[in-house]
Amino acid sequence: MSASPDTFFRATGPAMPVLARLSCLIVQPVLNRVVRRIARQHPSLFARLGPHQGTDFVIDPVELPFALHLRPDPQALLFRAVPRDAAPEAGATIRGKFMLLLELIDSEEDGDAAFFSRDLEVTGDTEAVVRLRNALDDVDGSIAEETAEMFGPAGRAILARLRRAYPT
Amino acid sequence: MSLAELICPAGTPAALRTAVDAGADAVYCGFQDATNARNFPGLNFTPDELAASVVYAHERGAKVLLALNTYPPAGKVDLWRQAADTGARLGVDAFIVADMGVADYIARSHPGSRLHLSVQAAASSPEAIRYYCENFGVKRVVLPRILTIPEIREIRKEIPCEIETFIFGNHGLMVEGRCSLTNYLTGQSTNMDGVCSPASDVEYKRHEDGSMSSQLAGFTIDCFGSDEKAGYPTICKGRYTASHRPEGYYAFEEPISLNLSRLLPDLIDAGVHAFKIEGRQRSKSYVRGVVSTFRQAVDDIRAGRAANIADLVALTEGQKQTQGAFETKKWR
Repeated sequence: MSASPDTFFRATGPAMPVLARLSCLIVQPVLNRVVRRIARQHPSLFARLGPHQGTDFVIDPVELPFALHLRPDPQALLFRAVPRDAAPEAGATIRGKFMLLLELIDSEEDGDAAFFSRDLEVTGDTEAVVRLRNALDDVDGSIAEETAEMFGPAGRAILARLRRAYPT
Repeated sequence: MSLAELICPAGTPAALRTAVDAGADAVYCGFQDATNARNFPGLNFTPDELAASVVYAHERGAKVLLALNTYPPAGKVDLWRQAADTGARLGVDAFIVADMGVADYIARSHPGSRLHLSVQAAASSPEAIRYYCENFGVKRVVLPRILTIPEIREIRKEIPCEIETFIFGNHGLMVEGRCSLTNYLTGQSTNMDGVCSPASDVEYKRHEDGSMSSQLAGFTIDCFGSDEKAGYPTICKGRYTASHRPEGYYAFEEPISLNLSRLLPDLIDAGVHAFKIEGRQRSKSYVRGVVSTFRQAVDDIRAGRAANIADLVALTEGQKQTQGAFETKKWR
């Protein structure tokens, strides 16, 4: 019987550092494509970020073996997977379950409500987080679905499977 | 029966489109500056965005109300005048104002424009409301959230303008337009800069035991246990310790949201013309959920059906809701 995505992502123990680094290597090419496409499709995002285009955001999906490092500088976009023990010093950190973070990006969930319920945790520069949230919220459509579309039927299937694995 | 218009928040153009598509009769919004009371980072509209948004709303039969509901500091009125001129040029359907000088400027410079009196003016008596109507031609007052429904009914009989009341969202009962708590700690004014608890001064700290403290300008204003729901980092909703209350207590108000879904028929019967949903700082998800819920409720009531209203508590501050003073002055 193969491991479910859930058990895979929650793997812990001595193998974790290796798993984290391996996972980062696997997802990095995808992240590069995703962030470039989003920047191309939604250039107005950057204006709402204002002075925080150079801020280092660490987005921490708690069940995944790695975190995500975003620096939304339109001149030098950076979006990479990093093992937690190698994450950069963050200007702001956003922490929550993977599917919640995905739904916040797509405005399928409300960030304030997730904060009130304590499902979402924010530390560091609060203004940076507010700007990022407002910038993403002004995007029409679903960034998750746009991303899935980039990879055709396989991408759509993975997104559907993720949504089944992480019901909200 | 009054029209019971649904007045909905929009912090971004996408939120405005979401509100219109979800059934808003009117959407209220502001520019990216101190002229409105939600001057938050990354929020609000450029003039070009507002122009496109007005077209979008009007094509779908919805109105756009421009919030110019802060108070210009002495000698700095040009920003508010320019915002009013821009709004008039773009064809907004009304201006929501609090300051008499701003109201006077719009009444004189754009005499065809419709003026709504913001809740920030804190006009809660017939005499105060009539003053704004008689001197500036105000057509609607947004009432402070301190009145019972019988009081609203009595006020309605004595004023020559429409009434708008909040029905959902933030439940801030400080004397609106007069609160200086943020100014006291941060140097920025809710009423003149449009910022209540500016994000640049807010910091959340996570502790090893799972608790989280919220700080404003270095002052701890609450610490939520690992299982506790959280609220906004506003001083008025803070929980403080004192020598006589070492366990901590809410000195002003609790983190809680207004939800008048069950009182809508009574409000309509009392003569309320428009229902306002708070939350320009909230997401499209909030706007979609709350606006569509109240759209259905108002339509049901207009059609003589009992309104079946979805549970919105997950969207409320602290995940708690109240009918506040609308139900009773003893609500606390």
